[in-house]
Amino acid sequence: MEIKKSTSLLRLGLRRLLFLVSLGLFGALFSATLVRFAPGFGVEERELDPRWSASSVEALRRQQALHQGLPSFYFHYLSALAHGDLGQSDSLKRPVGELLRQRLPITGNSVLRGLGLAWLAASLLALLGLASRGWLFAASTTALNSLLLSLPAAVVAMLAVYLRTPVFFAIAVVVFPRLYSYIRSLLLRAYDQPHVLAARARGLGSSVILCRHILPLAAPPLLALIGVSFAISFGAAIPIEALSDSPGLGQLAWHAALGRDLPLIVNVTLVVSLIMLAANVFADLAGRTFAGNAP
Amino acid sequence: MKPLQKVAASILCVIFVLMVLATFLLPAHYAQQFRDIPNAGPSPAHLLGTDALGRDSLSRLLYGTRVSLLLAPAAALLSTFIAALLGSAAGLLGGWFERIVLAATDLSLALPWLFLLLVVRALLPLDVPPLVSVAIAFLMMGLLGWQASVRVICAAARGVRDSDFLLLARSSGCKPVRLLLRHVAPNLRPLFYVQFFISIPLFILTEANLSILGLGVMEPMPSWGNLMRGFEDFSMLSANPWRLAPLVLLVTVVMCFQLVLPSQEVTQ
Repeated sequence: MEIKKSTSLLRLGLRRLLFLVSLGLFGALFSATLVRFAPGFGVEERELDPRWSASSVEALRRQQALHQGLPSFYFHYLSALAHGDLGQSDSLKRPVGELLRQRLPITGNSVLRGLGLAWLAASLLALLGLASRGWLFAASTTALNSLLLSLPAAVVAMLAVYLRTPVFFAIAVVVFPRLYSYIRSLLLRAYDQPHVLAARARGLGSSVILCRHILPLAAPPLLALIGVSFAISFGAAIPIEALSDSPGLGQLAWHAALGRDLPLIVNVTLVVSLIMLAANVFADLAGRTFAGNAP
Repeated sequence: MKPLQKVAASILCVIFVLMVLATFLLPAHYAQQFRDIPNAGPSPAHLLGTDALGRDSLSRLLYGTRVSLLLAPAAALLSTFIAALLGSAAGLLGGWFERIVLAATDLSLALPWLFLLLVVRALLPLDVPPLVSVAIAFLMMGLLGWQASVRVICAAARGVRDSDFLLLARSSGCKPVRLLLRHVAPNLRPLFYVQFFISIPLFILTEANLSILGLGVMEPMPSWGNLMRGFEDFSMLSANPWRLAPLVLLVTVVMCFQLVLPSQEVTQ
């Protein structure tokens, strides 16, 4: 039975990995298509320089035309990608790969710390709500949650700059209300199950009920929420990093959009999407593993 | 409807009426500059004062309310229409069409919403007239914001696929298009309304984020988002709290939408 379970999980993991690889390939080709058909593609700045002779300009155009056929362009793009070459940023005049290597750790650090803080605060508050179940607590937390949900992430970012709070704290403020409302409703739904009522009637302690009856029931959807919360926090990182002047991926994407730097923005998005998908696959597998092992 | 929901609905109605009557209420045109009184405080002539360029803040707020509250529902209508069409067809037809639609939905849901908008915005010219920037923002949100609704509508359409009334309609020779328009869509109409209303606050917040970042509605046309661009200096706001009016209005509207639809989560 155990072997069967592990085999099916392994098969699922391999299927998800295959999906991830094909999606990466599709994303790369889609990115290449966007870059290829962007206005101004293949136009060399040097062609406008009057010091270059007509024959040199002609040679430059011939050189550019080499990779302008679509199959040839795809081939060169993918072979460069296989060697870790994501192209050159138009606005920053630097390799995209190098920019990503510099910026990814900064955003990753802020996102992970922000997520940790948001999860901690949302879980603690939801558990407190479960313990108290008073209308005043429920009304005040719902009002706070509703207020935070109504604030644009960019306004949270400006407030964070004014209060000199770190970037991860602003990310946590944006992610927290979305996590809290979901965690709270999951815990309340689990708490109202008949077997929990029976456990309470038999006089089991609150902590035992929580650990043995409520959390195992709520854990699989909570684990799945990890993937979603990653997407929310990476999305929130754009306005927060842009307005807080934090040199991460969000700020890079914003600069790329303002500078219409297509090679940079599509590659940043591709990398972020692959991270998102990997997080979703991990969360999904963790949820299934937990559901399989749950009593 | 609970009393709190009634209050929220009434506030929304009042704000929508103000938006419609904005033309008659505007003390001045939103772009008119009173160059001798920049950054003025509230006065009988300018109830919310003027901005750094001497433009009447109340006029800009009322006109900005109109832009934001027309843009978001219009984009929500477009995205709900696309979701209704794709979701109903996928749920009704099933098979490979449903699998393709759901795979495309999963694929686009994997991308963070703002990253997707930035990629599309980077493809389009930035230096455009204000009205074109409004149209671009509307099309971007409308054409890219349908994914979450498709899943819900597809699941509901799958539920009615094997119902008796559809079986009867099929047996009397009803074509798929007629099945979709005359039998499935009317049954899913309440769901379409819910998806439409859920999308409005989401698009209001998205417009605000894009405009604050300089990628949404362009100056001099006001919207709640670009009116909040001046918030970068919060110390100035503590001395002039009336400048917070666009934020107060935005938060009020989004909270009212959340109260009117209490069971749904508003995600950014």
